[in-house]
Amino acid sequence: MFKVLEKEVVNDQVDSLVIDAPYIASHAQAGNFVVVRMHEKGERIPLTIADSDTARGTITLLFQKIGKSTEEFGTLKQGDLIRDIAGPLGHPTPIKKYGHCVLVGGGIGVATLYPILKALKQKKNKVTVILGARSHDLIVWEDKFRELASDILVITDDGSSGIKGVVTMPLKEVIESSAVKIAMAVGPVRMMQAVAELTRPYKLQTLVSLNPVMVEGTGMCGACRVHIAGKTKFACIEGPEFNAHDVDFEELINRQGFYREEEAESMEKYKKKCKGKCKNKGSKDPRGQGVK
Amino acid sequence: MRTRDPKKRAKNFLEVSLGITETQAVKEAKRCLQCKRPKCVEGCPVEIDIPRFISMIREKDYTGGLQVIREYNLLPAICGRVCPQENQCQGGCILGKKKTPIAIGALERFLADYEAAYGDAEAPVKAKPNGHKVAVIGSGPAGLTVASDLAKLGYEITIFEALHEPGGVLVYGIPEFRLPKKIIQGEIEYVKSLGVEIKVNWVVGRTETIDELFEEGYEAAFIGTGAGAPRYMSIPGENLNNVYFASEFLTRVNLMKADRFPEYDTPVKKATNVAVIGGGNVAMDAARTALRLGAKNVYIVYRRSEYELPSRQEEVEHAKEEGIKFKYLTSPKEIVSDEKGYVKAMICDRMVLCEPDPSGRRRPECSGDEFTMKVDQVIMAIGQASNPILTHSVKGLNLWGGGYIEVDENGATNLPGIFAGGDIATGAATVISAMGAGKRAARAIDSYIKSLKVSLRKKRKPSAAK
Ligand SMILES: Cc1cc2nc3c(=O)[nH]c(=O)nc-3n(C[C@H](O)[C@H](O)[C@H](O)COP(=O)(O)OP(=O)(O)OC[C@H]3O[C@@H](n4cnc5c(N)ncnc54)[C@H](O)[C@@H]3O)c2cc1C
Ligand code: FES
Repeated sequence: MFKVLEKEVVNDQVDSLVIDAPYIASHAQAGNFVVVRMHEKGERIPLTIADSDTARGTITLLFQKIGKSTEEFGTLKQGDLIRDIAGPLGHPTPIKKYGHCVLVGGGIGVATLYPILKALKQKKNKVTVILGARSHDLIVWEDKFRELASDILVITDDGSSGIKGVVTMPLKEVIESSAVKIAMAVGPVRMMQAVAELTRPYKLQTLVSLNPVMVEGTGMCGACRVHIAGKTKFACIEGPEFNAHDVDFEELINRQGFYREEEAESMEKYKKKCKGKCKNKGSKDPRGQGVK
Repeated sequence: MRTRDPKKRAKNFLEVSLGITETQAVKEAKRCLQCKRPKCVEGCPVEIDIPRFISMIREKDYTGGLQVIREYNLLPAICGRVCPQENQCQGGCILGKKKTPIAIGALERFLADYEAAYGDAEAPVKAKPNGHKVAVIGSGPAGLTVASDLAKLGYEITIFEALHEPGGVLVYGIPEFRLPKKIIQGEIEYVKSLGVEIKVNWVVGRTETIDELFEEGYEAAFIGTGAGAPRYMSIPGENLNNVYFASEFLTRVNLMKADRFPEYDTPVKKATNVAVIGGGNVAMDAARTALRLGAKNVYIVYRRSEYELPSRQEEVEHAKEEGIKFKYLTSPKEIVSDEKGYVKAMICDRMVLCEPDPSGRRRPECSGDEFTMKVDQVIMAIGQASNPILTHSVKGLNLWGGGYIEVDENGATNLPGIFAGGDIATGAATVISAMGAGKRAARAIDSYIKSLKVSLRKKRKPSAAK
């Protein structure tokens, strides 16, 4: 059992939890995730370790409530217990002194980018961060990023914060005006795909963090398989980060949607059970999908 | 052996085999010839004294009979149900030369079930602690055996298990209708009652490394992490929706209880026409699970002939009774997608059998002829590979075949204090062979730790003399 020490409502759709998990905290590296099962009847869902504190023995999980499990996860309060958390899982991000790096985060993808930013800064890299969201109130952790980033650009679909547009616009400018060594993009699949297409002609090394459906997260089932440069890879142990230019994004999107009907059914049942007390905005940001 | 009615049982997950009655057991035991040089014992991977426990059944001393088995085998209720007896003990039985061999598996199971139902098994006495700690990684049959054998000798044992439930393949792989979960729970409770601690959600190599375990005071470690990683064919269409690897399909249903979705949160896709590729136990389990989830037609697609099927014979018989269709000499070539990215059909090669390969089984080759099966789900059950996480995290550990741990006959690896056994050392094998490996490793770990004590004493002496 794992105890929730702090709970924060980040915005309408996103919550964060600080959880007592000393062994995971002391072993977590940028790019790692955990598999969480809230209770006896719950499913195992992968969530990125958005932050960790070895001294305090805690990990922070940041999640968007887009399905039954995450919605239910959002009901957790300080002092509550989570039945199972296993990790840290996945390959850590390759961190070294690159020079100038660009991190592109869409929606809840920032959860993955924050520890990467921390680690890159420790290695004295110059890091430009581009944060994108649909609107101002959906930008997550802007302050925390501002504190560490060399410079930060905010961009929203509706222009309610920063520039109006999509993340590839400022990204293109940065790449063209500076000697960028590596780009990392985490967010909705379509966003990562757009970033991959943008950087491809520049031959800029680009990493994306994929979020396919997972079950146990230790390489034993193959649910998380993706095609990378024509070869099947298991995202939970060989990823979740891959070279963006090698990813078969269409297949990923297809596989992520496999349980859409069941997700809806499960949500429907849950809403009935809690009689409207559990709110769901019904938004379907693909980042955070693939939690079945 | 009594079984449930095939038509009814194909719609539920209740145990198929009902075991034998006391009268049947005694009658069967009386058929035993009590051979001087029993071939059944030779066939048993852990060499249980089979004639002895059978003679005790004749005398209706069931507790005594079970004790005989327990000397060799930690998990009789499980082995009685899942061992491939026809290739092991029963395969050697002299009676089998002319007629039917003694139903040794059924007798083993009878003793275990009888004891569970009526026995007054006293709670095992915890051994006096000897002050030494051993870490066991993985809670499948290999790990459980090492843990209980060493606990009985007074070792302080912790089992570290990556999943949220202990039991290994027994809980996430083998379905309820073949091995009810409550039987595994019973065995795990027994292991715990010996004083063994089980830490779940503990992915050794990630949550903590083996080196760190040694720093925490464990003097030896046993690795029993199994071979659960799926193999696949790399044919076109393998990543379409509704193509499952058997391990995922079975894990969803067995470990996550997806058959009870939405009561349980994990879903599994139900289909109408299902092709299961492979001919082993995993394939039979997947096929019969798909049937129970409501499929109309379930096909076993196997590239050799019936004669070469590697599955337990009983499972093949049960699968046939339940209406599973067998397509022999058939090998998939491509899985065809509908316009939405879901399985629509499967193109197969017809095979012919040629010369035997090194395994002694005749090698299948394409005949050049192909045909299409209309299916909406494909489950790949063509074998398993080693579980990768731990082996890759231990520096300097000698591996073979790309991921299995190299061990000597006692389970010792090339690294001091690190032992291994079960599927992670042999490749996917059987419950009983994993247990046998556990037994041998437990003995080896005990002598290793005793030798440590001796060498420590030797080392200490001169310094004490100073
Ligand atoms: C579907 C299916 C049906 C089968 N049917 C039969 C049958 O009828 N008869 C038979 O004899 N055999 C059968 N087998 C084979 C048999 O189950 C295995 O040979 C046996 O379970 C191997 O035991 P093990 O202890 O080596 O490993 P496993 O049972 O595989 O257990 C290994 C355990 O280690 C854990 N683990 C892995 N990595 C780590 C880590 N880094 N840290 C902590 N824990 C870890 C795993 O989660 C797992 O729980 C079947 C197998 C399958 C998959
Ligand atoms: S989630 Fe099971 S193999 Fe990756």
